[in-house]
Amino acid sequence: MNLAEPPPSGRLWLLGALTAVTVPQLVRLPIALSTICVLLLGWRYGVELRGWRLPSRALRLLLTGCGALAVLFVYHTLFGRDAGLALLTVMLCLKLLELRTVRDAMVTAFLGYFLLAGGFLYGQSLWVGIYLLAMAWLLTTTLVALNHPAGNRKCAGIYLRQGGMLLLQALPLMALLFVLFPRIPGPLWGLPKDAFGGHTGLSNHMTLANITQLADSEAVAFRVQFDGPVPAANELYWRGPVFWVTDGRRWDPLAAGQRGEWYRRPPPYTAYGKPVRYTLTLEPDNEKWLFALDLPASAPPHVRVTEDFQLRLPQRAAQRRRFALSSYLHYRAEAITPRERSLALQLPPRANPRTRALARSWDKLSDAEIVQQALDYFRNNPFYYTRRPPPLGDNAIDDFLFTTRRGFCEHYAAAFTTLMRAAGIPARVVTGYQGGEVNPIGGYMIVRQSMAHAWSEVYLKGRGWVRVDPTAVIPPQRVESTEDLQRFRSTAPIIPLNVELAWLAHLRDGLDALNNAWNQWVLGYNNIRQQRLLQRLGLLRFGWSGAAAVLAAAFAAVLGLVALQILVRGETTKDPLLRLYRRVERRLERLGLVRNPYEGPQTFARRIATLRPDIAPALSTITDLYVALRYGHGGMTELTRFRQAALRFRPSRRTTDSYVS
Amino acid sequence: MYSLLEQVVTATGNIVLGKERQIRLALACLLARGHLLIEDLPGVGKTTLAHVLATALGLRFNRIQFTADLLPADILGISIYERESGEFQFHPGPVFAQLILADEINRASPKTQSALLEAMEEQQVTIEGATRPLPEPFFVIATQNPINQVGTFPLPESQLDRFLMRIELGYPDRAAERLLLAGRERRELVAELRPLLDAGQLQAAQNAVRRLKTSDALLDYVQALLDHSRRSPHFLAGLSPRAGLALLQGARAWAYINGRDYVVPEDVQEVLPYIVGHRLQAVRDDPGRGPAQITAWFQEVAIP
Repeated sequence: MNLAEPPPSGRLWLLGALTAVTVPQLVRLPIALSTICVLLLGWRYGVELRGWRLPSRALRLLLTGCGALAVLFVYHTLFGRDAGLALLTVMLCLKLLELRTVRDAMVTAFLGYFLLAGGFLYGQSLWVGIYLLAMAWLLTTTLVALNHPAGNRKCAGIYLRQGGMLLLQALPLMALLFVLFPRIPGPLWGLPKDAFGGHTGLSNHMTLANITQLADSEAVAFRVQFDGPVPAANELYWRGPVFWVTDGRRWDPLAAGQRGEWYRRPPPYTAYGKPVRYTLTLEPDNEKWLFALDLPASAPPHVRVTEDFQLRLPQRAAQRRRFALSSYLHYRAEAITPRERSLALQLPPRANPRTRALARSWDKLSDAEIVQQALDYFRNNPFYYTRRPPPLGDNAIDDFLFTTRRGFCEHYAAAFTTLMRAAGIPARVVTGYQGGEVNPIGGYMIVRQSMAHAWSEVYLKGRGWVRVDPTAVIPPQRVESTEDLQRFRSTAPIIPLNVELAWLAHLRDGLDALNNAWNQWVLGYNNIRQQRLLQRLGLLRFGWSGAAAVLAAAFAAVLGLVALQILVRGETTKDPLLRLYRRVERRLERLGLVRNPYEGPQTFARRIATLRPDIAPALSTITDLYVALRYGHGGMTELTRFRQAALRFRPSRRTTDSYVS
Repeated sequence: MYSLLEQVVTATGNIVLGKERQIRLALACLLARGHLLIEDLPGVGKTTLAHVLATALGLRFNRIQFTADLLPADILGISIYERESGEFQFHPGPVFAQLILADEINRASPKTQSALLEAMEEQQVTIEGATRPLPEPFFVIATQNPINQVGTFPLPESQLDRFLMRIELGYPDRAAERLLLAGRERRELVAELRPLLDAGQLQAAQNAVRRLKTSDALLDYVQALLDHSRRSPHFLAGLSPRAGLALLQGARAWAYINGRDYVVPEDVQEVLPYIVGHRLQAVRDDPGRGPAQITAWFQEVAIP
């Protein structure tokens, strides 16, 4: 290895690149550790720019010990994702303080690559990918700069180009490894606990007494690609968890003990019309539920459909996955067991007396009329839609229906369902998402967390389970703010406020389409899809060893091609100057213009000028630059110009009319 | 400086007609701090060339006609006892000038020849125990008559080595000779010539030549040439390291008068026959071909 001192420009490149690589880590680290790193980096900057002294050996040892102790103190371990990367970051910053030789600098740059790859443990989005690519370019450029002893600031363009070339050359290899390298099922890194800390718009229960924090997040819940036309907006009810059990304030799904054998399979139902087919890509939400349009008709074999038409996953969704689903928008689900009926009528005996009284007053009416009465009650009394409802007391439904009359979908769904049950109509609360925005660029639909919704289902004699959305009866003028209105009318397309914002919406659509493509084609390339692809290519006939053999053969082919090129071209020279000049000579040789071995470049150019006046100017430029570079004082600018001129030099075969003119 | 040197070449070329290449070589030899040997017949303009160069460059010029009875003291000078002062007074000889034309150097005895050659080498003369420096710059143009060799002492190879270059003037071509015949007396023209440079400028140029860049690639080529001379079957003995230095210095001067501040292989090729011609002994000498033959022999060397 090279024990010489790295060139100053190379050192600055290294420092810049490492700073850029470290910054995301610094943001992630606890403040104490990032402060240490910033101080260490600052010291090195001082060394480079102000001529400060490097720390002595003893001080370095002390700093190393302190760094390791600090990590240990913060994380109580040195292993695992967070502590490991923190330790790496601190040690990388420390390494900068003993950077003396080119060898040290190279090692530090390689550590930079390592730290960079560690960033994948925290995110794998398209943006992370782009950032990593840019940083890899920067680090590769740094390696080029470190190995160019005569470098100066003017060389930056050349370094960047060379670093970029190296990365481009690695592209085929990258593609090959991406496709062929064995995929490990499940996430390779990151515990689900810290990998997916995101919020969803849904929770596994509903509580009215607390102020439920609605997810305002624009995060994507899932994306849907319809095989046919997109259904109407008011039919887009994405069914999620169903709540049966209530204590008057809180709504829960059936507890494990309440789910009998009857719960485990879907009941019979009558479907009308053709099913809607679509592919749903679920964002990892660390939950076991899956969403489908009401009413799910078919699901992949490993997805279970329950008695209340929920889709359940065998494991928590830790990865982004695609599901091929179909749904019937028009259906009649009349089956109901006595057990179900009693569950759907369950109410706490003493809670919400006024609500019960109201329901009792509709005693003489038919079920359908009762539903209409309840909806009219919401419509005709001053009920308001707001995302920030006032707190409710112990008899939460009474308070909401008679006192506050302000709430959002959960309040309306809970109150309506309670009213129905009090009136003797089986009812349950369904949560999920409502609506979806179509991305005009990708042609798919995005459902965001902010579209989370809750509605009611009632069982009517002769009609079966019927969806009732009590929130929908609130007239728009009773929505408190514009943000509320947007949430309230999430079924309606978002109308741009003014023309200037239209491009913004367009940009957002474009970015999401890009992101979706990345998710589908890069991140979604898992072991199953890999296996399928390899099978289709016929590579799996001999198992994984066959795939490995293909990989090896591909490598051998690349190496063979390089070897062949060397063999054909004869001696290869490392000097780019000579190589480029040889290239020019080869082009002339094809025209029968051969330089005699004893002929100097200028003599040769003069001779060619008499033979081929048309190429004389170009060749003269090339020769002058070559001579200046090889024998004179040519520098980086001349080398750049020479490279351009030499690469552009393509003498044509002489045409007969070149003499005539 | 480049344009000044071009003016010198032009002014000299106006008097010594049709010999631009030789003029340039002579100028290069001077800038390389070397001495020049002109080997040719009498009457082709050797003396005129030396005289014009001396005048154009503003050098003090002396001509020494070598004869069989010429003694070293006739060149170097002599101390004569002065009756009035009662001391020996040194009377410097013709060698104390900046440009010396040593005409027909092979006519003098070896002892006299070596007196001049030692002065050329040492840039100083030692007479009667006292060392006296020669003026700066100091440049010798010696001529030799190759044909009429009766009663001459041809310079031995070791002595030829003292000259940086050996050139031949040759007959003028037809057009140049016509101009010469139709034009004015050369001597008058020389008398009208005004100096274009002074000694200080010349020395600055000489120093600049010494600092000219010779890249690694060029040194590779020079070494390949030297190597070739030592291996080639054409020569009895190869070129010495001193010849290599001379070749490099000559190439530098040639690059300089061509207005470049670095040396290219073509510079070496241009001066090569004139620098190595008198240092190499061919196995089979072909006197009719001269520099062209040497160039051809060295074309076996590829430029690295």
